[in-house]
Amino acid sequence: MTMSDTAVVQVERVSKKFCRRLRYALWYGLTDLAAELAARQRGDDLKLRHAEFLAVDDVSFELRAGECIGLIGHNGAGKSTLLKMLNGLIRPDRGRITMRGRVGALIELGAGFSPVLTGRENIYINGAVLGFSKQQIDAKFDEIVDFAELHDAIDAPVQTYSSGMYVRLGFAVAAQLNPDIFLIDELLAVGDTAFRMKCFQHLLDIKNAGKTIVVVSHNMIDINRVCDRVMVMDTGMKIYEGDVSSGIATYEDLLLNQGVLADQRLPEAPAWIARVDLIDSQGFRRNSYTTGEDLIAEITLSATKKVTDARLIVHVMTPTLGTLGAFSSPHAGFSFDIIPPETVVRFSMRALPLLVGSYSLRLNLYGPEVQDFLHAVTNAVSFKVTGPPVDTFGYGVCHAVLFKHDWEMIYNGSSEHMGKDISLAS
Amino acid sequence: MKSLVTVYTPISPLADPLRLMRDMLRDISASKELAWRLFVRNLSSKYRQTLLGYLWAFLPPIMTTSVFVYLHRVGYFTIGPTNVSYVVFVFAGLILWQVFTDALNAPLRMVQQSFSLLTKVNFPREALIIAGLGEVIFGFLIRAILMFILLVLFGVPLTWSVLGMFVGVIALAALGLAIGLLLTPIALLYHDVGQALPFVLNLWMFLTPVIYPAAQSWSGSLSMLLNPVSPLLDTARAWLFSGTPQYFGGFLFVCGTTAVALMAGWLVYRLALPILIERIAA
Repeated sequence: MTMSDTAVVQVERVSKKFCRRLRYALWYGLTDLAAELAARQRGDDLKLRHAEFLAVDDVSFELRAGECIGLIGHNGAGKSTLLKMLNGLIRPDRGRITMRGRVGALIELGAGFSPVLTGRENIYINGAVLGFSKQQIDAKFDEIVDFAELHDAIDAPVQTYSSGMYVRLGFAVAAQLNPDIFLIDELLAVGDTAFRMKCFQHLLDIKNAGKTIVVVSHNMIDINRVCDRVMVMDTGMKIYEGDVSSGIATYEDLLLNQGVLADQRLPEAPAWIARVDLIDSQGFRRNSYTTGEDLIAEITLSATKKVTDARLIVHVMTPTLGTLGAFSSPHAGFSFDIIPPETVVRFSMRALPLLVGSYSLRLNLYGPEVQDFLHAVTNAVSFKVTGPPVDTFGYGVCHAVLFKHDWEMIYNGSSEHMGKDISLAS
Repeated sequence: MKSLVTVYTPISPLADPLRLMRDMLRDISASKELAWRLFVRNLSSKYRQTLLGYLWAFLPPIMTTSVFVYLHRVGYFTIGPTNVSYVVFVFAGLILWQVFTDALNAPLRMVQQSFSLLTKVNFPREALIIAGLGEVIFGFLIRAILMFILLVLFGVPLTWSVLGMFVGVIALAALGLAIGLLLTPIALLYHDVGQALPFVLNLWMFLTPVIYPAAQSWSGSLSMLLNPVSPLLDTARAWLFSGTPQYFGGFLFVCGTTAVALMAGWLVYRLALPILIERIAA
């Protein structure tokens, strides 16, 4: 067997029970301990006791050397529990985990730091917690201080550090880790931008060195930057595993669907939003678009009484960023009446300026006056933008909105070109 | 490719005792570096933000000794004859007793102090215990210096049997550690244990020949028979004063039991931690 066809991380049908009710949890802890000491095998039938549920439910996946997988899902989906099992902190209740190689975890920066001791002393403590010997730290001490950029403060107590300094020191020590498998939990959400970029570079170096990485993060941009693959988890189960952009879209769909489908409507409202359909420029119904296409929304309004001079307000939303923008029918000079039983209107968004991701529309229906509220539907309809690919390394476009823009050279060292058009060929 | 393969399954490690033993020994040797760091960390951070510094290692036993000596001098309580001055006698008793209680409290204290670390980083868990034990022994050695000064001041002869006292100290620490390790899992789940410990230990001290010599009468010797700390403490103190231990048989018996209990405590500690982590902080 060569290295490339051996799974470095092998997770086979792993489940883990959990209980959020403290009293029961403590009691189960005691009984589990007794069972453990009696060397009884935890049952393969995985019986759930009162108030217990599966925090990780029958999850399997494999990683080969050099692969980087991102675990995404909302809080409580089981990502961190899974990571704890990979790290050997807790044992699975069913299934089997095989880790081939040394495991290093970047889960908490500055593990073991004592606030009253100096940065210098804490480097040795943190290093020892991560498994370094004194000689190894001695050899890397200067490198650590350089990486953390803390030359002046290294002999000051850590409690005098700013949170940024603290994290930099923690990461600088952790950066010396050189295991075969890295486990990373929400690590990249810290520090200022310059330091974060340094951390990214470090992660990419690790990846290029052929290490295997498992990342848990809520930041989709981070996931996009480092991962080759993502696994989406929801209520303990794996609901998707595959390429990054579809995975992120799946996760955003999850966020959309769990968001309250708030539907606010006056009890006696004479008119309301009945349905919204999306159609493309060819007139076909479609919920998946690419950047720059035309998107047309057809809104069916029901009414029991005629409403004159009605207004519609459209909010374009993303699950992660919130409202990107809103526009209203009066703004475009569009004025309409709603005639019972049904009236259908449509609006078009020409050359969709949205990048890869999941989006939804919130619609508000009003009468002519500001206070004439009739109906509001959050997440009235959702759609995905699936391409073209974005680039998170600063060589293309990314995030949600594509801005129209262009560039020109004003001055580049010689006055020769000033005020003239620049041609690239010259 | 290297052969380091780690497998996690629901099967209890006790199902494979040979591997468990190998893992335990491996972790002990892997703990040394970290244990030393944690020991140094706790020691230096303990006194870093104090005015009196290491003086704090001496002050509590000096003050407790003074109170007991005062009460005894004034005649509030009477005890049987002691071979040496009561000052030396009670000081020795107190610092030996402290070895036991410090060792008993060490596992729970260390685990609580480092619990968030335990839930996030996989390091050899034995390091915490070794570091805690190191603090106990270090604290005793510091106080022992004062002890020897007192011995000289009060004209107590020093003979080779003093070395026996150190054996007694190791036995006291081992007994405390064994009880502490066995209590730690329950104490972490149910804080009742932590609530009860301080006053139980207080009462326990008065049932142990710490501030009084071991009784010879039947009713008094009952505490010597039922209280495992008594023969250890009495024997250690007898050796310190170059006397003859009265309860050497009991001493040997408790030492044997302690060795077994310590192994059991270690095993319970190891097996319990993953369960505690998932129940308290997963």
